[in-house]
Amino acid sequence: MSDFTPAQTGRATAEPRPVRYLLIGGTTVFVALFLFAPLLTVFTEALADGWRSALAALSLPDARAAARMTLSIAAIAVPLNAIFGLAAAWAIAKFDFSGKAFLITLIDLPFSVSPVVAGLMLVLLFGANSSLGVWLMANDMRVVFAFPGILLATLFVTFPFVARELIPVMIEQGRTEEEAALTLGASGWRTFLTVTLPNIRWALLYGVLLCNARAMGEFGAVAIVSGKIRGKTATMPTMVEMFYNEYLSVAAFSLAAVLAMLALLTLLLKTLLEWRHADLLAATRLH
Amino acid sequence: MFRTIQIGAHALAQGTFVRNLGDGRIEIETGHATRQTGRPVTPAQIDKPIASPWQKTLGATPRRGVIAAAAAIGIAFAGAMPASAQDSVEILNVSYDPTREFYREYNELFNDWWTAQGNAPVTIQQSHGGAGAQARAVIDGLEASVVTLALSADIDTIAERTGRIPEDWQSRLPHNSSPYTSTIVFLVSEGNPRAIKDWNDLIRADVSVITPNPKTSGGARWNFLAAWAYAARNGLDPAEFVGALYRNVPVLDTGARGSTTTFTQRGIGDVLLAWENEAFLVLDELGETAFDIVVPSVSILAEPPVTLVDGNIASDAQRKAAKAYLEYLYSPEAQALALRHRYRAWDTSLAAPEDIARFPKLDLVTISDFGGWPVVQPEYFGENGIFDQIYEE
Repeated sequence: MSDFTPAQTGRATAEPRPVRYLLIGGTTVFVALFLFAPLLTVFTEALADGWRSALAALSLPDARAAARMTLSIAAIAVPLNAIFGLAAAWAIAKFDFSGKAFLITLIDLPFSVSPVVAGLMLVLLFGANSSLGVWLMANDMRVVFAFPGILLATLFVTFPFVARELIPVMIEQGRTEEEAALTLGASGWRTFLTVTLPNIRWALLYGVLLCNARAMGEFGAVAIVSGKIRGKTATMPTMVEMFYNEYLSVAAFSLAAVLAMLALLTLLLKTLLEWRHADLLAATRLH
Repeated sequence: MFRTIQIGAHALAQGTFVRNLGDGRIEIETGHATRQTGRPVTPAQIDKPIASPWQKTLGATPRRGVIAAAAAIGIAFAGAMPASAQDSVEILNVSYDPTREFYREYNELFNDWWTAQGNAPVTIQQSHGGAGAQARAVIDGLEASVVTLALSADIDTIAERTGRIPEDWQSRLPHNSSPYTSTIVFLVSEGNPRAIKDWNDLIRADVSVITPNPKTSGGARWNFLAAWAYAARNGLDPAEFVGALYRNVPVLDTGARGSTTTFTQRGIGDVLLAWENEAFLVLDELGETAFDIVVPSVSILAEPPVTLVDGNIASDAQRKAAKAYLEYLYSPEAQALALRHRYRAWDTSLAAPEDIARFPKLDLVTISDFGGWPVVQPEYFGENGIFDQIYEE
């Protein structure tokens, strides 16, 4: 297989051997220094007093409450954003209407807005200084500094992930297959389940994974709307900061290590998907 | 034939019957060419409590199971929170940064005493951050039952903006509603390499100073005023002196704890202007061999006040518990605890002698020397106040 090295065939894109090694080596060193080393520090700090104290730190009531909070938020935000993302991608890819470009820009908004601004927006909208906030409080409904506020903040920052993955795929596929199904008498719902969904499932899953990673890791927007109530509105990322600020570095880094492992698991799943379904992904994904 | 089988303690699966295995179990096909075996369940059994609706779907296909689990968590959350609020009294103490360790212990002390009085235990929740930022959160709707902040100006702001605290709140409890006091000292690296002795060393060109932002941190405002008092006492121009000091500040964190970690963990700066209790805490946590405390010639008596947020109280039971929570701060037991956490508390009757001996004697100015917080807050720290003018330079 390797009989023909680029140098021998003289392809235009081939670089001389030293340049190649320099580029590969440079990238490896950079990744090791700036990505792997900090990650490793998190794990060594977490295990500084042995794995027993790391485990003990994770079973602290505050840590458990934070983990529950983060998992519940992700369990609600991710399916909701998967549905919203699907609907948005469907509308953009399958229909023609004026203002389509504007809608795509709008979907990208959470990517360009700083999470701090997103959090403050929610506080201004639902806080005690807005008429909506006053009405909500009068009717005993809590939004900011409670579960719904954190959920809204997470929904906002993770909104584009699924839609962003689906839109190019669905535009690429066009609507001929759906039109064929409809002319054959299938209902809209059946067309979606048997024609559209199988075509986009890998892109959808990929979007869901990215969305989930961000939903569990979001700090900025959540920190503003959480009110930092220990054991009640603290999520894993905000709890990490609190532990760190209280000199409980083993607890802080143990929790950070769990977050990092969740992220690594997501990446692993993604890689597995890409490896097992390389051909399908190549056919359905554009980047 | 469509059959339902039990495949685990809590999981059921449904599918078309394939064959009978002879030992009481059957094999079914559940779709996607997967087969599962288990004991058949009659429809009557399915309705039994063991198999709630979502457990049934959990066995069916993985995807449906995930959605069902998500829904169940949502329901559990929606259901659990109001229920627990009714069962016991909850109070939320919104506090500033360096009180974390003190209130963690005080909450236990209070609950022990409170239950010994024949009351049901109270669930006490804590929230900590820069005092100004915490006051802002209460104004924006964070439902604090009590606030225990770094200075009275922050509580005045809440009273003024929301009306949830009466204007005369500071006279409701002894000592201007400050159960404990503190002061501002310097924290330096072991051995004091830059030879920092007093405030005038902080304006030297070779010294970098760490202090939080007076706009968001109560401690930072005490730092500012202590520096101001030093300049005024020593015949210097206070505005010029404090301006020179802030030109030596590389980062302004939002709260005292943020500044402490900037100095101690990230190693930025030569001196940290810190609450006395915070400085002692650093020595306790990070070892007396790493840092030294330097006591300046003049400092300020910092009075962190506490009060009930009347407008956020939902029930009489909550009011009773929250009032007792604040009043018990003045008990000899709680005062001893505050002294152990390096606060200068008033009642020393139950305190350990070493907890009292620890405090260095120093010349303390008070906020009334500046005219009180209602004057100081707008003049020094308000919009276009003295701090803004100094910091713009």
